Amino acid sequence: MTTQTAENVKLFNSGHTACAGCGLALAARLVLQATGPKVIVVNATGCLEVFTTRSPQTAWGIPWIHSLFENQAAVATGVEAALRALGRGDEARVIAWGGDGASADIGFGGISGMWERYDDVLYICYDNEAYMNTGIQRSGLTPFKGHTSTSPAGKASLGNMKQKKNIPAIAVAHGLPYVATATVGYPKDLERKVKKAMEFKGPRYLQILVPCPLGWGHATSDTISMSKLAVETGLNPIFEYVDGKLATAMTVKQKPVEEYLKPQARFKHLFRDAAGAEQIKLIQEIANSNFAKFKVEAAK
Amino acid sequence: MKKVTEGLKAVAESVALCRPDVISAYPITPQTHIVEELAQIVADGKLKCEFINVESEFSAASTVLGASAAGARAYTATSSQGLLLMMEVLYNMAGMRLPVVITDANRAVSAPINIWSDWQDAITVRDAGLIMMYAEDNQDCCDMHYQAFKIAEDPDVQLPVMVNMDGFILTHAFDPIDFPSQADVDKYLPKYKPLDFLSANNPRSFGLMGGPDRYLETRYAMAETFKSITPVILKAADDFKKMFGRYSGGMIEEYRMEDAETVLVSMGSTISDLKEAVDTMREKGKKIGVLKIRILRPYPAAEIKKALGKCKRVICVEKAISLGGPGILAAELKSAIYSNANKPEVSNFIIGLGGRDVKQEHIFELVEKAEKGVCETEFIGLDKKLVEEMDK
Amino acid sequence: MVAKRAKNILIGNPGTSLANKTGSWRVFMPVYDKTKCTACGMCAMLCPDGCIHGDKAKKYDPDYDYCKGCGVCAKVCPVKCITMKEEQK
Repeated sequence: MTTQTAENVKLFNSGHTACAGCGLALAARLVLQATGPKVIVVNATGCLEVFTTRSPQTAWGIPWIHSLFENQAAVATGVEAALRALGRGDEARVIAWGGDGASADIGFGGISGMWERYDDVLYICYDNEAYMNTGIQRSGLTPFKGHTSTSPAGKASLGNMKQKKNIPAIAVAHGLPYVATATVGYPKDLERKVKKAMEFKGPRYLQILVPCPLGWGHATSDTISMSKLAVETGLNPIFEYVDGKLATAMTVKQKPVEEYLKPQARFKHLFRDAAGAEQIKLIQEIANSNFAKFKVEAAK
Repeated sequence: MKKVTEGLKAVAESVALCRPDVISAYPITPQTHIVEELAQIVADGKLKCEFINVESEFSAASTVLGASAAGARAYTATSSQGLLLMMEVLYNMAGMRLPVVITDANRAVSAPINIWSDWQDAITVRDAGLIMMYAEDNQDCCDMHYQAFKIAEDPDVQLPVMVNMDGFILTHAFDPIDFPSQADVDKYLPKYKPLDFLSANNPRSFGLMGGPDRYLETRYAMAETFKSITPVILKAADDFKKMFGRYSGGMIEEYRMEDAETVLVSMGSTISDLKEAVDTMREKGKKIGVLKIRILRPYPAAEIKKALGKCKRVICVEKAISLGGPGILAAELKSAIYSNANKPEVSNFIIGLGGRDVKQEHIFELVEKAEKGVCETEFIGLDKKLVEEMDK
Repeated sequence: MVAKRAKNILIGNPGTSLANKTGSWRVFMPVYDKTKCTACGMCAMLCPDGCIHGDKAKKYDPDYDYCKGCGVCAKVCPVKCITMKEEQK
């Protein structure tokens, strides 16, 4: 059952060294379940690359390459061009994966370039909301008031003062035919979106919120519930844009943001005093505005 | 077929004859005509190739890395700031054993910003694991490109190759260049047969993390490869001669060194200036010659040691500087000849940085200085008025 | 040592991670009450290590060679037939 024979080797295999309860490990498996084997994955440096490929072992059962932290988009461009140049265009589609750090920050220019070139690559940003692999540092997608080691809560600070960079909006502004957000708490929705993304030609963007029990500070068993609460509170709406127009947005019964924030150690500083309570109000406002924008309130 | 061509355009035509599958392009003076000419060649249907305009040199290098990893013959060109921006990728490319060919039009690096010729950019990456070639003239440069692909793609090599040509001095010079026919180039350089490449039919993972238990061995393997590349480089030149009728090769070249007491050592187009100066000095009876370092990596230590086995004096003429350190060529050369019985004096001079013209009188001057006593990283050709002004 | 090009040890063969038995990590292990299990497949779908296998007929079992004991399966099971028990080693 556990030996590495041809039948047992899956597209994404066990034995990887992700933390127990890792939302990203789950996302990787679900994505490949949806795409099937005819893909080549270009992976940025980060958790996913590190926990799947410690030489000589690899968890991947599809062709895969890791180059650097910030060049996954450009490398994907090259792979895709090579397949066409060599007459192997039907062999596989190209996917570029990067974490929120690799995507929103250091690799952002490269991604924009790839989108502007309209390369036929699906870019997936796995968003665990910080530089998790290097020990939970703040990234461009760290949420408002989240505690990270470089935006810590302290006597004179309430954590990260900035809002998340809105990459889906930037993707839509680049004219991508398909832009979507998803999360592992809704696995069927995620798989549907991956399959849908693969129906398009040209650049596509999928941002997947993946809870990180270690970095977010919640129980390993709560990965799925945290993921769902992110959506149900309105803090991480999940939607699809097709050809620049909002096509779908998941409707939910709105829950107050405290339900999402309280179980996570990275927000516990907001629950200790009045200043924190003020911030929770601001976070609720963000959630409310998302609800208004995406009209995701389920019918009562 | 011979025609008078600008250096950069000649390189572009030579590269096109090598039938790259993927070219990435980003402009930077003084290489830009290479990618412009290649763009035109592709646009005119003369070369079937995926030509990709990228948004930075970092992406230019990354794109050819990805293309090569997928099994394509890949090429790009850059200079100076662009090369330094690519630096991270070059180490990665070499470590992943990808046979990409890159032309660098050698140019000074900022600050101050300067678009003109010197060696500083490429010499900075000499540790990265690329094979480094330095062209003396444009015919040499073109011929290096056919050989570069052949050497890079050799199953026993599998390393990226950088062909260096001096910015403006070679890039923008018009010379009569002999171009081989496409049929002959195809015979000399057949289609690239990659050993390991990304494929859905063989789904392997590339670029794994190599921990403390195996990083040492990966670098050891690369070091051992470098030790064994020289025969491949020499054979590529011999095969070139058989195919195209001229010898354009060698790790080093010796000019009038048979009885030389003093040897001038340098690279690139500076060699032409040195040869001319040596001819003049020879007429006056000086026993002087020139040693050209044609391949900087792998460093031809054995060849240099032998070539400098009889002389009394070595003078390194360098268009780059390791600030706070010894002359770059001089230091490497000294280590190669350390055990030579003749123990020559080694002087080194810094010349021509940032496109400052290298004049014959400068060469006579530095020889005179070296004859009086050993000189260490001495600047030649300084504008005394400007220095005075800076001293105020 | 090798004068010719050595085997590239930075290239990995597919699925070689299966040699790494991460089951040794866990403190708690999932225990299934098969009588309650409806074989909905949620546990298998949502296991971060992808180590729960089965089908409608045989129902589902975790592969204890890889199970890290995260407890996601127990949490998501709609009929609560999985209990996390501290493993006696």
